[in-house]
Amino acid sequence: MCMRVTDHIILGHDDTSKMIEITVDGKKIPAKEGEPILAALLAQDIMVNRYTVKRNEPRGLFCGIGQCTDCAMIVDGRANVRTCITPAVEGMVVETQHGYGIQEV
Amino acid sequence: MLTRELLVIGAGPAGLAAAIEAAKNGVKDILVCDLNMKAGGQLFKQIHKFFGSKEHNAGVRGIDQGVQMLKEAEELGIEIWLNSAVVGFFGDKIACIEQGQPDGTKKIVYMQPKTIVIATGAQENVVRFKGWTTPGVMGAGAAQTMINVNRVQPGKNIVMLGTGNVGLIVSYQLMQAGCNVVCIVEAAPGIGGYGVHASKVSRAGVPIYCSHTIKEVKGDGPDGRVSEVTIIGLDEKWQPIEGTEKTFEADTVTLAAGLKPVSDLVKLQDIEIVFNNAFGWVPVHNDKMQTTAKGIYVAGDTTGSEEANTAMEEGKLAGVSVAEELGYITMDEAKDQRDQIWDRLRGLRTGPFGEKRAIAKVVQMGKFPVD
Repeated sequence: MCMRVTDHIILGHDDTSKMIEITVDGKKIPAKEGEPILAALLAQDIMVNRYTVKRNEPRGLFCGIGQCTDCAMIVDGRANVRTCITPAVEGMVVETQHGYGIQEV
Repeated sequence: MLTRELLVIGAGPAGLAAAIEAAKNGVKDILVCDLNMKAGGQLFKQIHKFFGSKEHNAGVRGIDQGVQMLKEAEELGIEIWLNSAVVGFFGDKIACIEQGQPDGTKKIVYMQPKTIVIATGAQENVVRFKGWTTPGVMGAGAAQTMINVNRVQPGKNIVMLGTGNVGLIVSYQLMQAGCNVVCIVEAAPGIGGYGVHASKVSRAGVPIYCSHTIKEVKGDGPDGRVSEVTIIGLDEKWQPIEGTEKTFEADTVTLAAGLKPVSDLVKLQDIEIVFNNAFGWVPVHNDKMQTTAKGIYVAGDTTGSEEANTAMEEGKLAGVSVAEELGYITMDEAKDQRDQIWDRLRGLRTGPFGEKRAIAKVVQMGKFPVD
């Protein structure tokens, strides 16, 4: 189910000419170049970004403007990246984050 | 260490207005930092036309105001760092900035500017009910950002909590983006926002349940996403009335329960803050938007959540005062400019919504120490 808002009564037609590919949990998905990673995930109906440290509960988009950190994921090996304010780049590797997203020492 | 005449933290309407006004009054070497990917703050999700007077761009859409401000900032040579958050703030105005690099990484830099304007805006309030952390429960502003800026739906079937102007406007905009608004729920006995906005959603067939709140959200959808929302009636003491529950199928819940100032940076400096019922914890400032720390100014929702026009006017006040402090304009010139801005600000703080804010502002500014 594609959930993009391609045509809009006020904003007009959305330019989706520059599509790239990113990898999410091993699966390749399309993304608009430069859109927030989170938006590309939502467009594929992916809502969960991470699981909490103590109770392993799912979390997803909550504030959308870099304040709450519920959308943190592992991006190109770096944990705790806020996907709502991080642009998608060709070939990016994104993983669902469990807990702190780092290996136990 | 890096230095600047003025560092503005936050590239929303308040921060941009402060930078533009300072530059117009002669301040050079201005830097605006913002943690987001794009400047303009929340203006770019305001696709509706603004209310108010002609001086306040009534009838102009927020997005168009944002474009105009960015153009002006560019023409004035104002430098903007995006993907760049101020993550630390030490004594004597030293800012630690996580500077975004072109390759997507961040670099830590330190800066000691001569003056600072803190315009970090606000964040949405949360309402806690059983299941409020379920994926699919989000701020109304978050949903608005997704549809209007990122052009992607946050979900299909949405329950909105709150009938303030944000709740009503975002409900309508969700429909414009092709989402289905299942219902709007309001704890108060009456609708909070303007009747004109409520009529628009009502005419579109969206039921509004006043004296109701969300009792529980179930997360039995895919990956634990929202699947069901149960609302419950409230009595005149705002207590739930057993047996009045209604359950709706929905995959998204949006919370429009007001905003609170983002004042982390204010708290990291030796700046006096005060609590008031209209705004929450806010920095004490005077009519120049100066805080109790010399050289540090505040503007916009950081000083108490209002709306974009007041944020811009407060930003202008701060910009003029920075130019005065740095000696680019005289005290009298600065006062003249500020008097005009204050006239417009008072105009904005009238009516049923504005009056409460006007009073709260007087109290907040009354705490400023007199020398």
